Amino acid sequence: MSELPGDLLYTSEHEWLRREDDGNVSIGITDHAQAALGDFVYVELPEVGQDVESGGDMAVVESVKAASDVYAPVDGTVVEVNDALADDPETINSDPYGEGWIVKVAPAGEIDEGALMTPDAYQELLDQEDA
Amino acid sequence: MPFIPHTEKDTEEMLEAIGAPDLDALFDEIPKNLLIESLDGVPDAMSEMAIKRLMQERAAQDGAPLCFIGAGAYEHHVPQAVWDIATRGEFYSAYTPYQAEASQGTLQTIYEYQTMITELTGLDVSNASLYDGASALAEAALMAVRANRKIKSGRILLAPGVNPTYEKVAAAIAGTQGITFERLAMDSVTGNTAAELPDDKEPVAVAIQHPSFLGTLEDVDRLTDWAHERGAYVIAIVNPTSLALLKAPGHWGEAGADIACGEGQPLGVPLSSGGPYFGFMTCKQQHVRQMPGRIIGRTTDLDGQTGFTLTLQAREQHIRRSKATSNICTNQGLMVTAATIYMSLVGFHGLRSVACRSHQNTTRLIEGLTALEGVERVFEGAYFHEVAVRLDRPVGAVLEALANRNILGGFDLQPMYPDLGNAMLVCATETKTDADIDILITALGEILAEGKGRSA
Repeated sequence: MSELPGDLLYTSEHEWLRREDDGNVSIGITDHAQAALGDFVYVELPEVGQDVESGGDMAVVESVKAASDVYAPVDGTVVEVNDALADDPETINSDPYGEGWIVKVAPAGEIDEGALMTPDAYQELLDQEDA
Repeated sequence: MPFIPHTEKDTEEMLEAIGAPDLDALFDEIPKNLLIESLDGVPDAMSEMAIKRLMQERAAQDGAPLCFIGAGAYEHHVPQAVWDIATRGEFYSAYTPYQAEASQGTLQTIYEYQTMITELTGLDVSNASLYDGASALAEAALMAVRANRKIKSGRILLAPGVNPTYEKVAAAIAGTQGITFERLAMDSVTGNTAAELPDDKEPVAVAIQHPSFLGTLEDVDRLTDWAHERGAYVIAIVNPTSLALLKAPGHWGEAGADIACGEGQPLGVPLSSGGPYFGFMTCKQQHVRQMPGRIIGRTTDLDGQTGFTLTLQAREQHIRRSKATSNICTNQGLMVTAATIYMSLVGFHGLRSVACRSHQNTTRLIEGLTALEGVERVFEGAYFHEVAVRLDRPVGAVLEALANRNILGGFDLQPMYPDLGNAMLVCATETKTDADIDILITALGEILAEGKGRSA
């Protein structure tokens, strides 16, 4: 049973986002995703200042099993990247919702919450995938 | 006889199960206008006996000419043991060793190959090989664009001595992905990159071939530092034999080349009418994630025993599909096996002897040729084992006259470099004796004198 904080929004690509007080959103991958992908060995981060488009590639996480894209869940601009992951990519495994955040994005305009999932909706998706 | 295990009855049952009337119905989504009704020019099937006869006759037409052509593929002595070992059953499969527990020997061979190629090029990591030198440049270009994210121009500058065929292949593969290739200007005296370098190009990478296609030796330190000052990566295209004498790409300039690639054929692979050959590629450790293909590593198993494994393959096609670092991420397993055995047998000192003797033979050849009336060097300066010479008349007819004497006298540069005039490349590797070299010099002297006599 994977951990699922109640204060986050989720995507069907197994990513989470947190609305920060400054209006930016932090983005990472879920506990389910890190468990499925296995030990991370490398994270390819975007450049700060780069524009991202909802659904487009933003970063790549590479585990011992596979290299997977991290998609932007919202339109916006990258304002910060988690450089600490360059030396310690396994932080995503140990703390996916905390120190293992990947990118902070300044959203362009209002976030379309309808396109994102509540914790309950994401839990339902996980249950379906397990079934 | 096609090796298809299905009987007609099997096929009928399968078609019935999926509800298709016949085999053609399985392909009916292909638009009719794309189908070719008949293949004109493709002859009817022949029996095995007839085709063997035909191929033997065609092979005999090649004869055993005395070859002074290089231009990217070089005739070197291949010790008999190389292919005796490479064609043993244990090695004679180029298939990718995905199953580590059943492929330790193959994996170790590739690991040893990678070790030798990184030592030769002076860089940190090597992949398990690519198709050939030309596609290796294409892959290096794509890799440089992926890795050098600070520069978005997609423009790769090529030194004038980059093999024109490599440029064509690289443009065909990488050109559809927004990558452009532009040539730096040539200095007409040295054949190398002109002293004055452009300042407005914002190159993402600069590719330098050394020795150049025209046989000259570039000022690689200057070009490397110039590229790095502009934030561009440096792609070195090198001849592996030459690296026994010349500075390794990893030591070019202040920081060294970022990526080295080239044609591996000189390392134990016979010319065999143009292939199969193999491409090699090495890079600095920091770029390894963007390197195409796979890397074999040495590790320790649960019992503490040394073992070999596919260390880097997460960005390969079979895992990453369309997002793979390359769509051609196989390797040339058999050619690499031969190259590894070749390098092991000759060793570094042997390779150095091959390189030295090739240089000496080429020097002897050039001294003899340029002593003839109507032959001069095209460029000044140092060379490795290949030199451009200019004749006093069109090259094609002269080469034909030499071929009639069973001599492949050189590579005609006129179609590729019309500005150089009646120019051709000549190369004498360690396989040539003094007598061989004298045969070419004498024959060319006679042919040029004959022509003079007629025209006078």
